[in-house]
Amino acid sequence: MLLREVEYARPASVDEAIRFLAANDGARALAGGQTLINVMKARVASPDVLVDLWGLEELRGIRLADGGLELGAMVTYSQLMTSSEVATARPILAEVAGQIADVQVRNRGTIGGNVCSNDPTNHLPPLLVALDARFTIAGAGGERTVSAEEFFVGVYMTAVGTGELLTRIAIPPGSRDGFAAVTIGKDGTCIVSAAASLDGEGGPRIAIGCVDAVPVLVRDVGEVAGAVTMPPSDVHASAEYRMHLAQVLAARAVQQAKGRTAA
Amino acid sequence: MSEPVRSKTVTVDVDGTSYEREVEARKLLIHFLRDDLDLTGTHIGCDTGNCGACSVIVDGTLLKSCMMLAVQADGTRIETVEGLAGDGELTPLQQAFSSHHALQCGYCTPGMLMSAKYLLDSNPEPTEGEIRKAIQGNICRCTGYVNIVEAIAAAAK
Repeated sequence: MLLREVEYARPASVDEAIRFLAANDGARALAGGQTLINVMKARVASPDVLVDLWGLEELRGIRLADGGLELGAMVTYSQLMTSSEVATARPILAEVAGQIADVQVRNRGTIGGNVCSNDPTNHLPPLLVALDARFTIAGAGGERTVSAEEFFVGVYMTAVGTGELLTRIAIPPGSRDGFAAVTIGKDGTCIVSAAASLDGEGGPRIAIGCVDAVPVLVRDVGEVAGAVTMPPSDVHASAEYRMHLAQVLAARAVQQAKGRTAA
Repeated sequence: MSEPVRSKTVTVDVDGTSYEREVEARKLLIHFLRDDLDLTGTHIGCDTGNCGACSVIVDGTLLKSCMMLAVQADGTRIETVEGLAGDGELTPLQQAFSSHHALQCGYCTPGMLMSAKYLLDSNPEPTEGEIRKAIQGNICRCTGYVNIVEAIAAAAK
């Protein structure tokens, strides 16, 4: 498919990337391209400028910090799957990354791209809400850090504004986590997903994906029915069935989390 | 510092041959390989990132070349199906596909071979489950997967 004409820049640093993003309202960050390039083919997105982050090593780090993880926005799913730091501090991330699409997509797709595209069917938004991740966003005026609840704003919308860039994601340590989804084919697009974490400082966190514009956060499986109000209906599942799946998958995710040894 | 551009000169090494071309930023890597370099061994199937026929290995990483821009490949080393039998002799993997009748129409085969090569390069003795996981991103619509899995397992021996 021939894409609409577009300009391309390969910045040498995060600062330069932010400058390119701020210079043109039609500029978009290109992470792994596993969503953006396809939606450009369909003309659903038509950016004027692509700012390619692939070469920015400063966005690729995986570090242990305060027992938890600090992940660069350009860490790929394949990196999550093979990282010893991830295996130590938050193994659920590797497990879920391994359920996204296929080898080729996992080699290019990134954690930052997954959350910034914020498609309600993506795996990582509900997972990162359950894990109580914090997101650092850089712009011309400096950095700010927001919670997962603040980060996911709406369908395809996040707290990252024009001229800004998600640079890293901090994830607290923990091991009693679970993830369950009903997907279109093995490792395919989620119809409903649920992530649970029992290790949070504020008690259990359960986040349901695909049932609203942003992941729905509850503290107990019993709250799911009341919190999921109007899930979408489509060719894959009716609203009623999604409501049913939300409750079943939340229970499965919690069950899985309970079966794991505390760190 | 390089300001945004609509086209740029791209230098790539494809299967051991170096190419330099002026490329529009909007061109996908698969079209660059097939249309600009006339390397039509790599196929394009769905053009939506699902079928895997366009799979190539870029700087050691298996990817689908319909989801990468040609300008992103500047300075990289690309391996395609055309480079497998470098000296004209089929590799053991290619021979196994032939011996096990792992193709019918052959459309998916270039991508299947690259995914299989990528697997065997890092995991010379994969289990059947690992083989199936490795070709998850490659769709075959005629022969089915049984003979393909058997061929990869045979090549691994």
